Amino acid sequence: MTSPRDQGFSLVVRTTARYVVRVMIIFGLYIILHGQITHGDGFAGGVILALAFIMQMLVFGPEVALRVFTKPIAPRLASVGALFLLSIAFLGYSGGSFFFNFLGRGQAFQFWSAGIIPVCNIAIGLVVMASLIGIYATLTLYKPGAPERKKD
Amino acid sequence: MIDLYAMLVFMIIAALIAVEMEDLLSAVISVSAIGLGISMTFLVLKAPEVAITQLVVEILVLIILIRSTIHKDLPFSTSGRWLLNTSITAIFIVMFLGAISLALRDLPKFGYPLMRVSSQYLQNGFAQTGATNLVAAIVLNYRAYDRLGETTVLFTAFLAVLTVLRRIGRIAPGDSEEDEE
Repeated sequence: MTSPRDQGFSLVVRTTARYVVRVMIIFGLYIILHGQITHGDGFAGGVILALAFIMQMLVFGPEVALRVFTKPIAPRLASVGALFLLSIAFLGYSGGSFFFNFLGRGQAFQFWSAGIIPVCNIAIGLVVMASLIGIYATLTLYKPGAPERKKD
Repeated sequence: MIDLYAMLVFMIIAALIAVEMEDLLSAVISVSAIGLGISMTFLVLKAPEVAITQLVVEILVLIILIRSTIHKDLPFSTSGRWLLNTSITAIFIVMFLGAISLALRDLPKFGYPLMRVSSQYLQNGFAQTGATNLVAAIVLNYRAYDRLGETTVLFTAFLAVLTVLRRIGRIAPGDSEEDEE
């Protein structure tokens, strides 16, 4: 029970991680939201957000994940993101074709500057973040052995 | 060009170490060295977008692989029909090399028809999409199907992991006959 797998890491690592995680979340959101202006896009930003959560889980132990995953929140987030992306793609039919850029182009170097590209980046970031967090949490929290059965 | 070859040699050496290593943890770390080399190679080839994605995904995969292999060690068997196995491997390598030397003869040189399609993107990309990051303009506007498929693959992988490792609805290994009747 006292191994680092179950208990998390020491005080120095915990204190450092508590501050680094916030910077990671801000950096991931920056990369997602500025995908149409600078380098990086929804995929890389989503992976950075997932890494922030995974670092939290590595440092503070699996009970952090169990506190978040009392409800199946990761599959719901991933499904919402995927449906969001697909609905953007189908809304392109209002302009004539699948994935048509039906929003205006706007001012260059501003946030709303490329039509559907920032919206797609947000949807992709949501899918990637939720899927990777879910994959990691499922693989880590899974205990092989006899499954629980309901006796009835 | 010399830095590209240096990265290639580094990656080949890391791959050989990863194959030959008996300890699984050392092999995983060697594989991650290959991934970091690929990321540096993308930087040398002036593709920072792909380098960012490769680096970030590599770190995540390294964490997952270390967490899943750190307490298990696969049995490593070197005995048995090594003559048959080696000869079959050699035959397949020779066949593959012959086929690919025939196939590669018809391909154009590395990066030779430069900017045939991409010059259209470079000239019209900003005017047509309004995105100052041209990679985002190509990936999410001209080639949006590609990105949709990529996202679908990741989503499907998540669903597959959840389906395989789920707890509800599984049948215990002892009494499978009673449940199915």
